[in-house]
Amino acid sequence: MKANVGLFVTCLVNTLRPSVGFAAIQLLEDADCNVSVPSAQSCCGQPAFNSGDDEGTKAIARKLIERFEGFDYVVAPSGSCAAMIRKFDELFENDDPFAERAKSLAGKTFELLSFLVDICDYTVVDSTLDATYSYHHSCSGLRELNVHQQPMKLLKDIKGLQAKPLKGSTECCGFGGTFCVKYSDISNEVVSEKVDNILAANADILLGGDLGCLMNIEGKMNRVTDKEAREKPTSVMHTAELLADLLPSNDS
Amino acid sequence: MKQNKFKRNVSDALNNPKLKVAIRRTTDRADAKRATAVKNFPGFDRTREQGQKIKDHVIEYLDYYLAEFERNAIANGSIVHWAKNAEHASQIVVDICHEQGAKKITRSKSMLGEEIGLPAALDREDFERVETDLAEHIIQLAGDPPSHIVWPALHLTREDVVDLFRENHQNPIESTQVVDLVSSARRELRHHFLSADVGITGANFLVADTGQVCTVTNEGNAELTTTPPKVHIVTAGIEKLVPSIAHAMPLLRLLVRSATGADITQYTTFHNGPKRGTDLDGPEHCHIVLVDNGRTNMLKDDMKEMLRCIRCGACMNHCVVYKHIGGHAYGSVYPGPMGAVITPNIDGLNNAFEPVSACTLNGKCQEVCPVNIPLPTLIRAWRKKAWEKKVDTIRNRFLVACFSQLAQRPRLFQFTTNMAILMMKPFSRRGWIRWMPFAGSWTTNRDLLAPQGQSFIQQYQKNRERHEA
Ligand code: SF4
Repeated sequence: MKANVGLFVTCLVNTLRPSVGFAAIQLLEDADCNVSVPSAQSCCGQPAFNSGDDEGTKAIARKLIERFEGFDYVVAPSGSCAAMIRKFDELFENDDPFAERAKSLAGKTFELLSFLVDICDYTVVDSTLDATYSYHHSCSGLRELNVHQQPMKLLKDIKGLQAKPLKGSTECCGFGGTFCVKYSDISNEVVSEKVDNILAANADILLGGDLGCLMNIEGKMNRVTDKEAREKPTSVMHTAELLADLLPSNDS
Repeated sequence: MKQNKFKRNVSDALNNPKLKVAIRRTTDRADAKRATAVKNFPGFDRTREQGQKIKDHVIEYLDYYLAEFERNAIANGSIVHWAKNAEHASQIVVDICHEQGAKKITRSKSMLGEEIGLPAALDREDFERVETDLAEHIIQLAGDPPSHIVWPALHLTREDVVDLFRENHQNPIESTQVVDLVSSARRELRHHFLSADVGITGANFLVADTGQVCTVTNEGNAELTTTPPKVHIVTAGIEKLVPSIAHAMPLLRLLVRSATGADITQYTTFHNGPKRGTDLDGPEHCHIVLVDNGRTNMLKDDMKEMLRCIRCGACMNHCVVYKHIGGHAYGSVYPGPMGAVITPNIDGLNNAFEPVSACTLNGKCQEVCPVNIPLPTLIRAWRKKAWEKKVDTIRNRFLVACFSQLAQRPRLFQFTTNMAILMMKPFSRRGWIRWMPFAGSWTTNRDLLAPQGQSFIQQYQKNRERHEA
């Protein structure tokens, strides 16, 4: 029996980069899942939660639970959104009718790449790409969900693709949700350093699993390379996009 | 700290290229050394768990161990004082110094001393205060507060130190070599060690079953501070307790590796109160001032886990915010992640909200914390309190409230998303937006990703309809 997976698209993918969402669907289907996308979905609640607005977060969580609890699994192409949904179980008091439901949803929510590897035993077959890549390990996925080896494992099986070490690859890029606009100048220093490291690594592609970090990094990289009047040597991609591009069905 | 002040501090710090060099010289080396030390100590993870358990146990039975410590310290001949808050604590110390008719006071580095405002309190009473830790000596000459809990002079470069020593030392040297600078400081401090009336130290651990006070230094200045003078005063937070020396050992192993990346500190001393009958040296009197200053509130306040802190500084060395703004920008005694959690408790949340807020919650601090303090969770817990007490600006709270309202209404949320996409469109050039109204805090420093077209949900629904048709 195929697992029924509800795709939680995330606000950023929904608004800015739908291709990541479609890539996620392709990969999940390739991993033999039945994928559904509830159209009435919003946000995981992180901006409210990280601002301390627990009541607001709860209201958001209730809606999300109602929409998604019917699936076998909930999968998001983002470590930080998946980690947020996992945190729903700490949000409700024990006597709250949603406490149990939150716990159960938290237990079946996963970040996309780790879901593919850990739950679906998904492997990359017969893919070739002559390129080099560096990896940015986004913080929430890494430290809250232990997403680290899984994407590496998938990428290792792509023939011709070679890793280039990135200094500080597990360090925060300075995005931090509301942080990057609230403390724009500090965030700028942090992401500048990240971009310096990426440019020094000089890979063809920078990969990562969280659009927030990736758009922060690429947005800064644009400015830096613009200022230095040179071509952007490294393109930035969500790992799901790269993997889906290599699927036979997308052979062009 | 108030918002504007913090913002000003941050912008001063970010516009100071010399500060950046100074911070990174130290923190980058510390990160690397710590990583090596941890790698070379196969038992690190187990010791970390052990350390956490020991501290949790003591915090759980704090009243018991405090009473035991007091009993044994008194049996050793020390006098134990209890201080509710900072003023009370420094007043006790000042009073002892007056009673002893002290003129010159040597002090070895203690963050608790800074916390209770002791340097300023001693200066107000016109005692001659001599800081004996090398870095503290440097910042005393510079007239600066500490900018890091392990390396208080981290904000200064070696070049600054050369200048300071040239201006202030009695026999200034020409050399700029570190060894020569150290010798110069030793020469300068030596006679103070021998002529001080009172020596003040902090404590890294208070050993309950022996009544001992443990200090850890790399320079031996704590020993020279406590031994020659007639009086030794210890100021220590009540969370410094360990049940026995055996319990101090795993914590010492964690402390030194996390703080400096060394395997062992040069000097680890268990001070046993005043000298006795046949002892050749040691102080005649020993006073121990046990300071609460908000710590019992932390027990109540669900901030308990913060009391595990052994003040190693690893969380700040690894903090992306600290690494760019440095310690002074925080405007509090304790900077960085641990400071963000402790300071609201000392200065009040209203005054300490900015450090709580200026954090990406990336979790690196907890990862390197030798006693596994969930710093991001505790920082978030302060934000929750701040939200309830309406501490943040009206504008910021309004934005979050609007967002929450919207996100609870998925269809309205999707509608707003679609509107936003339409609004962004005219500003999009080759997939990116350089500037658009209301996006300034993003686009000042980086391009904004432009939408690819319609929202994912819209495209997805369209595809399905096409499929079904
Ligand atoms: S919070 Fe942890 S890492 Fe930070 S100073 Fe305390 S013990 Fe060290």
